[in-house]
Amino acid sequence: MKKVVRGFYAVAYSVKLCKPNVICAYPITPQTEIVENLAAMYANGELENCVYITAESEFGAASILVGASAAGARTFTATCSQGLILMSEVLFNAAGMRLPIVLVNTNRAMSAPLSIWNDHQDSMAMRDAGIIQLYVENNQEAHDAIPQAYKIAEDKRVLLPFMICMDGYKLTHAYEPIELLEQDFVDSFLPPYEPVAYLTTKKPLTFGAYAPPHVYMEFRVAMQRAMDRARDVMEKVFKEWAEATGRDWGGHIAVDYPDSKVYAIAMGSVVGLIRKVVEDLRKDGVNVGLIKIRTFRPFPVDELREQLKDAEKVIVFDRAVSFGYEGPVSIELKSALYNYSSAEIYSFIVGLGGRDIPRTLIEDCIRNVVEGKEKPGYSFKGYKEFEEVFP
Amino acid sequence: MRYFGKGHGGCPGCGLAIAVKNVVEALEGKCFVVNPTGCLEIISSQYGRSAWNVPYIHSLFENAAAVAAGIEAALRALGRKDEGHVVVLAGDGATADIGVGCISGAFDRKHDILYVCLDNEAYQNTGNQQSGLTPPGSNTTTTPVGKVMPGKVGEKKDMIAFALAHRVPYVATASVGYPADIRRKVKKAVTFEGPKYIQIHCPCVTGWGIDSSDTIKVARLAVETGLYPLVEYEYGKLTTVRKIRDRKPVEEYLKVQRRFRHLFTHPKGKEIIEMLQKIADENAERFGLDIKKKA
Repeated sequence: MKKVVRGFYAVAYSVKLCKPNVICAYPITPQTEIVENLAAMYANGELENCVYITAESEFGAASILVGASAAGARTFTATCSQGLILMSEVLFNAAGMRLPIVLVNTNRAMSAPLSIWNDHQDSMAMRDAGIIQLYVENNQEAHDAIPQAYKIAEDKRVLLPFMICMDGYKLTHAYEPIELLEQDFVDSFLPPYEPVAYLTTKKPLTFGAYAPPHVYMEFRVAMQRAMDRARDVMEKVFKEWAEATGRDWGGHIAVDYPDSKVYAIAMGSVVGLIRKVVEDLRKDGVNVGLIKIRTFRPFPVDELREQLKDAEKVIVFDRAVSFGYEGPVSIELKSALYNYSSAEIYSFIVGLGGRDIPRTLIEDCIRNVVEGKEKPGYSFKGYKEFEEVFP
Repeated sequence: MRYFGKGHGGCPGCGLAIAVKNVVEALEGKCFVVNPTGCLEIISSQYGRSAWNVPYIHSLFENAAAVAAGIEAALRALGRKDEGHVVVLAGDGATADIGVGCISGAFDRKHDILYVCLDNEAYQNTGNQQSGLTPPGSNTTTTPVGKVMPGKVGEKKDMIAFALAHRVPYVATASVGYPADIRRKVKKAVTFEGPKYIQIHCPCVTGWGIDSSDTIKVARLAVETGLYPLVEYEYGKLTTVRKIRDRKPVEEYLKVQRRFRHLFTHPKGKEIIEMLQKIADENAERFGLDIKKKA
């Protein structure tokens, strides 16, 4: 039965069903309500065999989970923006130690100027940490992603931190009818965590050894191999989920109108808006399809090459900037398609710091590309022209 | 059973290695060691050459207290508390400087951990850079002695007061000059629920510029001059003090170490020596260190 709940509750409820042993976080808008809900469940005795900790910072929270995960606990945290970047040193470390920590990042812009509103600048900065990144379109997908994240991260072929990225406010605070999972189902889908190695006095192991040049590189190659294996593990888990629940969120990418010549590409909640625009444009006779990128790391290189090999134009809607270059998704896409597709790539950077993305903006971007009114390359859309103080 | 030390790469006479051996042996190996980046990590945790026969984790420089808190929380959640004590073995820089935020958090949340600060009074792993626990007048590479500067200016941060301010139930200082005292304090510490803090004075042969056979002698001189009082607090109350018979002048401690040698020639040296003597005298007064001679 569906229940109308807000995004943060959909996440917290799903986390509870996964029976984590240690939950640790530091409040940050707009993530706070996720851990507030978990704290309330803890206070009511609904979380068994679990310790809930409010840390002194996000850095402390992530560090606490490193210790807990290394000791064999299933762990959870949530953060975003400044908090994610404060965690970043620890997340690099957790990935290197191959700890399957699951976290939810409620995507929020980076300061300065300070903004509590949504874009993807924060998680993009974690691109090279060695953590899996999955972007969700709506709150049901976020709810469904939690048990899948644990199953993937804890698989011994993977053993990497897993970050679910959901748009701050746009999803976290939105009401949505959600098919809430049942405990029995989650228990059957997600086995208890059985670490391959953990800290115990019964069999003393050394974690976090330092590696001189003659051994360091092998550890990093192993991380890349784990990311590569994660592609297959994720594919299988996604399929299993679709079969078990009847909710098919796609693979690493999800494609609407797969025989199109022009594609719009995006990640996160804006996909829902683009889907509606694409549907309407097709009714108008515009031949355009939609690709939702779900997995940003590992990046779905093969899937995108296959899907876009005969495409003529590709329109990327980016929610972040790699300053001095362009939109990060566009950068990755161009690199993936080099030598595999001759499609022209158009990149639009939209909706920074919560700037509204009206449907007319999406529609105009697509129409202008289709009608040849745009040049390939990147541009910012939806900002007001202004005078700079400097120079 | 050796819990620590087989094949560790410490210098001959390394004070810190003596301290660590005594800590883990006092716990009979029933412990989880959390070790931030620093001397101990480098001498003991090279991949494939671990010197540890207890579960050991090194994560980052500034997060050992948080990692320990996480292990302790996990053991509680998983019903494995009886496996052993969670012990941080951290350097003075990791403790008093970069890691202080996580320590405050762990103390404040009352995690059942023993935090041991191995105080060799500078970042010795990287070649003697000053830390918050470097004493005044010490010649380090980041507070070098020059025509104007006499080494470190400023005092040694009072981490004992820091721990007491967090109402840590057991707080103590110790010294590798007195290994039996280290073992006694560690054994006692773990009988307390909640956080425990022990700061162990560990001479560093290279950083301090001492002979490798003088480690114990120099450690004892720090105590015998009153510069490193050995004290014990339980629930905030001072319970034990190591008394000193015929307290020595601080010069006896300073003159045997290269890091203080300039104090006897530098224009500002006299001033620093007087300052150190004042610190020692105040310690003697505050803790009642001196055994009064009978009239």
